[in-house]
This record gives sequence, structure tokens and C-alpha cells, in this order.
Amino acid sequence: MAITFDSALGIHQSALLVRSQRAEVLANNIANADTPNYKARDLDFKSILAGQSGSGQMMSVDRSQRGHIGGLIDPSFAADLMYRQSLQPSIDGNTVDVQIEQAEFARNAMDFQASFTLLNKKFAGLMKAITGE
Amino acid sequence: MSLSNVFNIAGSGMSSQSIRLNTVASNMANAESVSSSSGETYRARQPVFQLIQQQVSGGDGDYGSSSGMSAGQGVQVVDIVESQAPLRQQYEPNHPMADEKGYVYYPNVNVVEEMTNMISASRSFQTNADIMNTAKEMMQRVLTLGQS
Repeated sequence: MAITFDSALGIHQSALLVRSQRAEVLANNIANADTPNYKARDLDFKSILAGQSGSGQMMSVDRSQRGHIGGLIDPSFAADLMYRQSLQPSIDGNTVDVQIEQAEFARNAMDFQASFTLLNKKFAGLMKAITGE
Repeated sequence: MSLSNVFNIAGSGMSSQSIRLNTVASNMANAESVSSSSGETYRARQPVFQLIQQQVSGGDGDYGSSSGMSAGQGVQVVDIVESQAPLRQQYEPNHPMADEKGYVYYPNVNVVEEMTNMISASRSFQTNADIMNTAKEMMQRVLTLGQS
């Protein structure tokens, strides 16, 4: 049986990636806290992780004309980036609540650290298996 | 990598907020700049914020892959507009800038409004700086991956 990093590291590498992407989305919300008509967005962590750890879900995009965007599209990605339900939408159409975003960002950073620690332990375990001490 | 995007996004937020702070400073400094006609009088300036939409390039862009799903790329100041509020007109015949009827024109700067604007801008700047700091810590942590 071949040893691959994918099976050795498990879900944690995908989790780390999704956490860093969520950090980006939340940072964008906070940067646009004063932008009129900006709608706060967020990722649904659970469904993205399910999509990333599952295999064979990517669809290739047909390009019939120049300028069309090619590549692979995961059908779940567009739905995962959702708009946040605002508690107090402001009069200029902005739905960012800075306190909520900050709390989510802090929680996301902690979850990132948790994923990172687990990943680090996986590497430490591999190291131990290799050196055999 | 998307964590380095956080730096760009928080940086754009900080730069936009500092432009806002700049207009506040300009408005406050000119709050009492009188002139003798309504056309020459300073008017309060306000920045217009806008979301930077993600640039989707044609060709073999990796849209739909992990880097193509970002919500946006930060915030930018697209314009600085002058307030259309009426100017303050005061009868001061002994003022050196008074017109022939004895009136001088004061800017339409609302100092109280500018002060709250300043507090809001400084809070938003602080939040963006905190975000940048947290992203920096997250990145530094990743760099220690594999070290026991």
C-alpha cells in the first residue's frame, strides 16, 4: 500500500485551506464596513469541507467562444459564498455588523490554530514513525 | 494563497479610512475659512467608498478553483464629493472679506458631524489593523509547520 500525504494528513489540510479562505471573506467584510450597499458575505464551512474532501465533484466548463472562462468549476462553490442575514441593516444598504464579523474572525483564527495544531501533530507522528526513536 | 490576500484587503481598508480621515482633517481645518462669495467658499468633502470587485481574467484563469471564490478584493475610494448643504451666511460688515452687502460666507462644515466621522474612521482603521495582525500571526504559525 502506497503512503500518500492525502491519506496520512486526512481532513486537516483541507480544513486549513478553507479557514484561510474564510479569513479572506471576513476581512473583506470588515474592510467594507463603511461601504454603501455592501452586503456581508460568509462561507458555509461545513458544506465546503464536504465538497473538498469528496472526490470527483468538479465539472469542467465548456468554452465555445474566446473570452469564456475555462477551467474547473465546483458546482457547490457559488452557493457556498452566501450573504449574511443582517440583524440591523443600516440605512445606506450596508449589512456589515463589525462586532459580529470581528467575533467570527477571531473564532476562525482559533479554528485555524486548532487545524494547524492537528496537522502539526500529524507531521510529528510521521516524523516519529520514520526515525523510530 | 488567500492569507496574503487578507493583507491586501485589510491594507485597502486602512488606506481608504486614512483618506476619510484626511478629508475630515481638511474639513475641520477649513471650518472657518470665510470668503466673500458663495462660489469660492470651501465645501465639506466626503469620500465615496466602493467594493473592489474581483478581476476575472479570460483565458486559462483558474476561476472556480480555490482562488476564484473570493467575495471581493477590499475597498477603494472612487470619488470625493462636496457637500451640497447650504453655506452659512453671516452679516459681518466690518469683516475684511465682506461683500458689498456686508455678508461673509462660512463653509457648510458641521464640526460635530466631522468629529463623529473621525471617531468612526479611527475605529475602522483599528479594526483593519487588528485583522492584519491576526492574519500575520496565522501566517507565521503556518511557517512553523513540521517543526516540533
